[in-house]
This record gives sequence, C-alpha cells and structure tokens, in this order.
Amino acid sequence: MDSDDDFNSQVSSEDMDLDLNDADSSVDFGANDSDVDFDDEFQDEGAFDTQDKDMKQQKKAFEVDFKVYSPEDIQAQQDKQVAEVATLLEQPHEQTAILLRFARWNKERLIEQYMDNQEEVLEKAGLGQDIARDPPRIETVDGFVCDICCEDEPGLQSFAMKCGHRFCINCYRQYLGQKIREEGEAARIKCPGDGCNKIVDSKSLDLLVTSDLTDRYHELLMRTYVDDKDNLKWCPAPECVFAVECGVKKRDLSRIVPTVHCDCKHDFCFGCTLADHQPCPCSLVKKWLKKCEDDSETANWISANTKECPKCNSTIEKNGGCNHMTCRKCRNEFCWMCMGVWSEHGTSWYNCNRFEEKSGTDARDAQAKSRQSLERYLHYYNRYANHEQSARLDRDIYFKTEKKMTLLQNQSGLSWIEVQFLENASQALQQCRQTLKWTYAFAYYLARNNQTEIFEDNQKDLEMAVENLSEMFEKPVESLAGLKVEMMDKTSYCNRRRIILLDDTAKNLKDRKSRTESESGDEGMLTMTTENWEFNVELS
Amino acid sequence: MSSNKRLMKELGEITASPPEGCTITPPTEDMFIWDVTMEGPTDSVYAGGKYHIQIVLPKEYPFKPPVLSFKTKIYHPNVSNDERGAMCLGMLKAEEWKPPNKISEVLKLVRAVLAAPQPDDAVETGIAEQFKNDRKSFDKVAKEWVGKYAK
Ligand SMILES: [Zn+2]
Ligand SMILES: [Zn+2]
Ligand SMILES: [Zn+2]
Ligand SMILES: [Zn+2]
Ligand SMILES: [Zn+2]
Ligand SMILES: [Zn+2]
Repeated sequence: MDSDDDFNSQVSSEDMDLDLNDADSSVDFGANDSDVDFDDEFQDEGAFDTQDKDMKQQKKAFEVDFKVYSPEDIQAQQDKQVAEVATLLEQPHEQTAILLRFARWNKERLIEQYMDNQEEVLEKAGLGQDIARDPPRIETVDGFVCDICCEDEPGLQSFAMKCGHRFCINCYRQYLGQKIREEGEAARIKCPGDGCNKIVDSKSLDLLVTSDLTDRYHELLMRTYVDDKDNLKWCPAPECVFAVECGVKKRDLSRIVPTVHCDCKHDFCFGCTLADHQPCPCSLVKKWLKKCEDDSETANWISANTKECPKCNSTIEKNGGCNHMTCRKCRNEFCWMCMGVWSEHGTSWYNCNRFEEKSGTDARDAQAKSRQSLERYLHYYNRYANHEQSARLDRDIYFKTEKKMTLLQNQSGLSWIEVQFLENASQALQQCRQTLKWTYAFAYYLARNNQTEIFEDNQKDLEMAVENLSEMFEKPVESLAGLKVEMMDKTSYCNRRRIILLDDTAKNLKDRKSRTESESGDEGMLTMTTENWEFNVELS
Repeated sequence: MSSNKRLMKELGEITASPPEGCTITPPTEDMFIWDVTMEGPTDSVYAGGKYHIQIVLPKEYPFKPPVLSFKTKIYHPNVSNDERGAMCLGMLKAEEWKPPNKISEVLKLVRAVLAAPQPDDAVETGIAEQFKNDRKSFDKVAKEWVGKYAK
C-alpha cells in the first residue's frame, strides 16, 4: 500500500524545489540554506521533536507538515536572525533589525545588496548615518518654531533625525501615534518632514513613542515579520495570537489543500487562510464562492427551514442536522436533500449525491442546455448549503443535549468522562459535514469519468455514516447513556470514512504526471487534467 | 486646541496672499470648513470658469489631509463626477500627506492639476481614456461644461 507516501516524498519529482523535500526536517524556515540553526534550536525542545515523529508516522496524503508558533517563539526567531545578520554585517542589533525589516526579512538578498553597495542600502533603509555614535535625543533649540503646530515658546522641546526636519515633540508624538494606532505602521514610518522619505528608526521611536503605544508598536513590528515571510501566516481566528509555519508554496496549491490546525483549535487552509476546505483546492473554492455569490438569488430558497412532505404535503420543519426526515402525519420517511425515499439511500443503485445528466434532452437547444446547467448547479449547491446548515443544527442540538446530560449527570451517575463521547461525536459531525460540504463544490467542477465514481462512492459512504450519527442526537436524552457504545462506534466510523475520502482525493490530486491545461474555445471552459481527473472551470 | 494656532496662522497667510487665481472666503462659524473660489487656469480648457471648492479639515488636521470637493461641476479625470466632486491625489492622499503641508500648497496643486490633468491617477477612468485617446472630444465637453456650470 502506498498510503504512507506523504506529500513531501510524492513531490520529490524533478520539477519541485529542493526546499520542499527538506520540509520534513522540523523547521523549514525562510530560504533554503541558512536555516540549520533553527533546527538546532527547536530540536533541543523535546515537545517539537516528538510531535513531529508522531505526525510522520500517521501522515496521510491530505496532511501537510506545519508548526504553530506563539508570539514568544516568533520574537525569539526574529532576535536570532537579527543577531546572526548583525555579526555578518558588523552592524549593531538595532540597525540590523531595521535593515532586515526594510529587506522584508529576505536575509540573503539583504546581505548580497549590502556587500554590493553598503552606503546605498543604509541610505534606503533610512540609516544614512551611524546612530550608535550619535544616539537620537530630545533637544531645546533657540528660536525654534514648529512647522506643524506653529508653537514658538522658549524652551519648547523638539526632535529631529539626521535629515534635520525638526518638530516639537508633541507634534512628533501625535504623528507617530496616528501612524501606529490608526494606520498600523511600525517598521516603515517616514519622517514627518515635507517630502522626506527617511524612515523613523526604532531608537528614535523608543525615545518618542509614549508608553501606551509601545505594546502596539512592538506587536506591529512582530506582525511585519510574519507578514513578510511566505512560509508563515497568522491564524485567522479572531483573538488568536499564534502563527503557523508551512512549507507549501503557492504553486503547489492546485495539487494539495494544506489544512493546518492551530493550537487554538481552528483549522484553516494555509494557502488562502479560509476555514478548512478539504478536499477542494483553493482555486476551485474561490471560483465556487464567487459563483454562489453571483447566483445567490437563484439559490436563496434552499436555506429554508421548512419543506413539504412529498407524500402528504404537510409542512415539515427541520430542527436537527439529520437529513433523514419522518413526516409526523403520514410517517413517510424521506431524504431532506433529494426528497426521495429514505429506505433506498445507501443502497448501491440509489444516488442522492450524484447529478444524473438527463439523456433525452436535445443538446443543441440552448434553452434546454442552460436549464440543465442550472439544475446541475442547484443540485450541488443544494447539498453544499445543506451540509452547512445541518452542521449548524447539529451543533445547536449538541449544546442542548449536553446541557440536559449535565443536568442528568447527578441523577444518572454518569461522570464527566462518560459524557465526553457526546462531544467527540459532535466534533466528528462538524468536521465531516465541513468535508462533505466541500466535496460538492469539488464535484461540481469535476468532469465525469470512471474515477469520479470512486469519489462519489466515498462521498455517499461518508454521507450515510454522518446521517446515521446525526440521527442519534435526535434520540431522547434519557436513552443516550445506553447508546454510548453505538455512538462511539458510529463516531469512529465517520472519522474513518472521512480519512478514506480525503486520502483518496488528495492522492489523485497531487498526481499530475500528465497534468495539462487546455482551453476549449466553444464552451468558454478551462479544462485541468491530472492523472485521473479532469476539472471543467468556467472562464470568467 | 493645539491646531488652532496653526489654523489661524494659515488662514492669516492665505487671506493676505492667496495662491494665484484663488479667493478665500474666511470661515465664519466653522473654522474647519473653508470656501474657495478658483478661476480656471487661463491656458486650459477651464479658462473663464469659476469653481467653488470646499475644503473640510478633519479634526486631526494637520495630521490628516484636508478633504476637497468641487461644488461646481467640472469635466476632469481627477474629479469625481458626482455630488461629492472629490479630488484625491498627490499630497491629498492620506499616505502621502505630511503634517507640515499647507492648504495654500494644496490649492496650488489643484490648480496645477486643472492645467494638466493626470489621467494615470484618475477617479473618472472613462474621462481619462477620452483625455488620452480623443483629446478633441474631451476638450469640447470640458469647455461645454464650463459654459453650462462654471459661469
Ligand atoms: Zn509642534
Ligand atoms: Zn526628514
Ligand atoms: Zn489560532
Ligand atoms: Zn485554501
Ligand atoms: Zn407526510
Ligand atoms: Zn437523498
């Protein structure tokens, strides 16, 4: 079995960069050559090491190497890089930091340019003269008039950098305060002097920035470090302070969906920073979201919470995540998504997830064609949106259940640990529905061939597993304790089906030995082909 | 507050020696709204036109740039063709504005842009295209608008 082939060994084909092959080593930080030191630093810490080994053992085709860093880690990395470059350039720490920020943390380029033309680099970085010899200071100058506030009282304190643009310290502070607080600038604030491009160095900033802004200022400086590095990204979760490192490059995004897991529990795509969207590649996600936005009116009715029973027409409300519906009136069991008979779902002949092209339609009829393409879109959108909605309902019902269970705990004697199985089940449901949701966007773009059937089978299997688990949450709370074993089984089955689907899809995706992109003129479609798959993407 | 001294000084200077082609009506109630009448530059298509320009100073002035709007309609690639009549280029952009910059400099810039539009930095891309590719038609419409709105 080749399921252990991870991304890194798969891409070691001739067209890949060397640094990707190295991504297995614990840190692939910045450019390829100079990063050995970071390996040393972090390998000393046992935690990182073990975590990596564990990851390697279990790694599947859809998993990527990544690392989560705290603000302290990020600071330490910056300091270390500064120290190293400072020794090389024989410049003080402060100046080196400015130079590195100026060079957007591209060490190699900075060193090269510096060796080439030291004066020019210093000048451009706003370090025209040696700060170390003559540190910045606040002064009182006779006859000084501030050109900003026009104050001229004797003894007025003022400040100027080497460019000589002198302003009173109140104005200087207000200027810097506005840049830092409102405009989020830190590393590249220019002198307030008219037309002056000299960058306010951090020594001057330390002297002038008021204490209430120092934290914000240092935070911004740290932000630029992560923002400037291609292999680092801030976790997009609100309030989260962690950054994630991942070696997957932009050009790899058509073949892998790099989902990373932040320590704050948020799963996001390192490529586009949206919430986890495996197995659908970033470019298709973007296309799909755009399409949904453009067609939102057509598809609006889908988010409705009520539908009519296909048998007796009485109104049915969906209040749980499960799509297996039973009409209260006529006891008809049907599927919320396709409105078809439930008993046929899960059998090999019934397809709820697949869109069947109607064969009888005249392909030359433009109207029929456009109706068919709308139907096709709605088929996938319906299921996409439904899993999103169901995930929400699943979560609501879990919270309600959990509350009731906690109340019941005292009476039933169930311990906290024993209630954990509910949380695990709920988490599995959320994750699986997230995956299912994106399988429908993926399938929308996928052209039909014999490989797609395997994909659809995987999709169907996961979907059935999910609905079966979801259904259990709608059981009376009192009976849940007795269903614990069954629920745990169903939970692990869901997780297993999800891994199979993702692994299978990821393997097919990254296999691009014969990958081609061609435009077929008459349809306005772009066809992307991998070894086993073909995608049809509308050109916009 | 602290910007008062600066404002008074600027106002004094600008009324004593206004930039060429500009008349400043001293603000009466609100110190932060200045009304300016600008004559179209003589060697431009706007010659003979009189433009009412309102300058609104943000409360952070001079740390933030003044906001400029043409109250008189003008056919120009750098002035938005709507009720705001906004112009935003060069030092009027937040990232290019520096606190020592003065309103008189802003007015000089505006007048220079009237004389020489900057189509590559346009707000009205359609007008900019016409200015670049069909100067004759542009001149014609611009002059028409002078007669229609700026007399
Ligand atoms: Zn001042
Ligand atoms: Zn300066
Ligand atoms: Zn996070
Ligand atoms: Zn993505
Ligand atoms: Zn019914
Ligand atoms: Zn169905």
